[in-house]
Amino acid sequence: MPEPHAEHAEHIGLAHQFEDLSQQHDADTFGIWLFLVTEIMFFGGLFLGYAVLRWLYFAAFDGGSHVLDIRLGAINTVVLLGSSLTMALSVRSAQTGNRRALVLFLTLTMILGGVFLGIKAYEYHQKFAEHIVPTLDWAPEGEVLARLAPGGLNHAELYFFLYFAMTGLHALHMIIGMGLLFWLIRRARRGSFTPSYFAPVEVVGLYWHFVDIVWIFLFPLLYLIGGRY
Amino acid sequence: MSTATLEPRVQSPRNYLNADYGWKSWLFTVDHKRIALLYMASITFFFVIGGFFAFLMRLHLIEPQGALVQPETYNKLFTLHGVIMIFFFLIPSIPAVLGNFLVPLMIGARDLAFPKLNLLSWYIYIVGGLFTLYSAIAGGVDTGWTFYTPYSSTYSNTQVTAVAVGVFITGFSSILTGLNFIVTIHKMRAPGLTWFRLPLFLWAIYATSIIMTLGTPVLAITIFLLALEHLFHVGIFSPQLGGDPLLFQHLFWFYSHPAVYIMILPAMGVVSEIIACFARKRIFGYKIVGFSSVAIAVLGFLVWGHHMFVTGQSVYAGLIFSFLSFLVAIPSAIKVFNWTSTLYKGSISYEAPMLYALGFIGLFTMGGLTGMFLASLATDVHLNGTYFIVAHFHYIMVGGAVMGYLGGLHFWWPKISGRKYPNGWAMLSAAIIFIGFNLTFFPQFILGYLGMPRRYAFYPAEFQVLNVMSSAGASILGIGYLIPLVYFIWSMRYGPVAEANPWGATGLEWQTPSPPPTENFAEIPVVTEEAYAYSAEEEASRA
Repeated sequence: MPEPHAEHAEHIGLAHQFEDLSQQHDADTFGIWLFLVTEIMFFGGLFLGYAVLRWLYFAAFDGGSHVLDIRLGAINTVVLLGSSLTMALSVRSAQTGNRRALVLFLTLTMILGGVFLGIKAYEYHQKFAEHIVPTLDWAPEGEVLARLAPGGLNHAELYFFLYFAMTGLHALHMIIGMGLLFWLIRRARRGSFTPSYFAPVEVVGLYWHFVDIVWIFLFPLLYLIGGRY
Repeated sequence: MSTATLEPRVQSPRNYLNADYGWKSWLFTVDHKRIALLYMASITFFFVIGGFFAFLMRLHLIEPQGALVQPETYNKLFTLHGVIMIFFFLIPSIPAVLGNFLVPLMIGARDLAFPKLNLLSWYIYIVGGLFTLYSAIAGGVDTGWTFYTPYSSTYSNTQVTAVAVGVFITGFSSILTGLNFIVTIHKMRAPGLTWFRLPLFLWAIYATSIIMTLGTPVLAITIFLLALEHLFHVGIFSPQLGGDPLLFQHLFWFYSHPAVYIMILPAMGVVSEIIACFARKRIFGYKIVGFSSVAIAVLGFLVWGHHMFVTGQSVYAGLIFSFLSFLVAIPSAIKVFNWTSTLYKGSISYEAPMLYALGFIGLFTMGGLTGMFLASLATDVHLNGTYFIVAHFHYIMVGGAVMGYLGGLHFWWPKISGRKYPNGWAMLSAAIIFIGFNLTFFPQFILGYLGMPRRYAFYPAEFQVLNVMSSAGASILGIGYLIPLVYFIWSMRYGPVAEANPWGATGLEWQTPSPPPTENFAEIPVVTEEAYAYSAEEEASRA
């Protein structure tokens, strides 16, 4: 149990450098938007590399894309969009001061994030089973080899390098997001957030939505190349 | 006994330096002023190391066949010199030291918007620095600070991964510092401090922060991919599998050209403050000087291709990059002309900071004009990869950025430390640095024009005279840098106590005691006039 006065100080939530809570809230939200801009530039370099190589070696990217499991990718897209909904509801609950709903929705967001990462881990496992992990285990055979061969195995290896780099960085962002959610849940259960002080929930929420949007781009770029049906 | 230890402190009121003395009060501080000093100590450390590598290089080049080290070692020397000086000294120099100290003081705030993030930025910087130091100890790295692929990704057997991780990590320190400054300048200004009342130093820091936040992430992902390639020998920059080495250069220069403006823009801001103060005049064309900082930041993102004129980039792309590079000269020249116009009919006094600022204007002009040679497609083909380039960017980075940093240190040192330094020594060191710098780098323009390539451990005997001149200049320059180090440290204990506003300067930072209290201002100030109200002050004193 925290000390009563400690909880009070937490409850106010105003840092010493700010004049009032609204200035602090403005600074916090402006800060996270700016951070997301830097994230766009960060992923942007990777997307540029993707664009250049896909333009050069479309056939290889087409073949690589057909080796991925589109159903798992689609399920993960739905899971992540669902987690964005629960995240938005968390922010709403914080704004209205509904502590129980806040904890519930944050927990749901975290569970959905965990489901996404679980499915992603299973997909990575599949890649090892099919021997299509660049450098570490690169020996495609059978049906996979037949799909990759027309575009050139070298270029397919580049595609899978990008697949792991892009989804790996995305998963790393998810893991960081899970850590932030854990921290929010602990604070929410202590009653740290009020309708006048909920900036951390909003800030983590914006981060979570951003990570979600990155996946919205990754899914078609990696899984949906070329005609399938 | 307790009275004996308390007695000296009765005279000096509580400030951020004497608020607490334990090591924890420094390593866990969230006070922007203390974090600025943490940065100051750490970048000085890296400056000494980077300078030592430069010293060994110049010593080696005294003789045409090389006097000191093996060619492999020479490659590592210039690589580590570049990496350390650029990523661990120049980029954090003015923003992280003077910016950290001054941004909240100049806008009348108690701290930056995110003080803990600020401390985290310093720790990130230190961790990145440790990786780089490790790479130096564990055998060094020989790719050049540009890390060009496929040499760096595939062929180099040196510590590429460690140094890449170091640069990658340190980048986040830069990103978070820039983010902190932008939010602080937007959201924390004192009542009445409108955008056009901001000191020009803040316009410069703001423009710098834009580059830090938008450019550095691109370098981060590029270096990240490079490290992956070096580790796993597969990747998008390595041509064996069909990757594109030029893609690396595009991404690298997309950050690393604007990075030059991270170094020079804050120095320009410092010079604006110093010129206005020691000419006792409002800066000429305040708004256009402010906007020229932003213009340099924006244009700076569109010129990276001028590093790639000879790489097989399309001629049409080259033409556009050449044109845009010439455009950067306009806002740069605006600044130089406006400083000169400010000096015109000013009541100029030559104190130490002013000497550094005037030195900056001269050296920056040289560096900028020789940049025009390199922005022209045809002359660049001749000069690219020669000592002409080395001389050009040292005129900007050392003649410009380091002069600006030292000028700023001399200008704000009484505020930072609460002490004065010996003015005579400071003026002497400014003169020594100016002379030593020109002697070091002017011969390199001639060497480059005559065709001596950069990064070679040997050279034809006919180049020896110019190389010896350059090495002699470097030793003078080294002495010039050593003198301020000595008297700054001396002044911290023995210097005369400084008053709140020793230069009679305008600006909120001079309205609070020297050194400032931890909370910066007893009461948040209200601003009612423009940044450089020097003439109004003179009139008031005459009346």
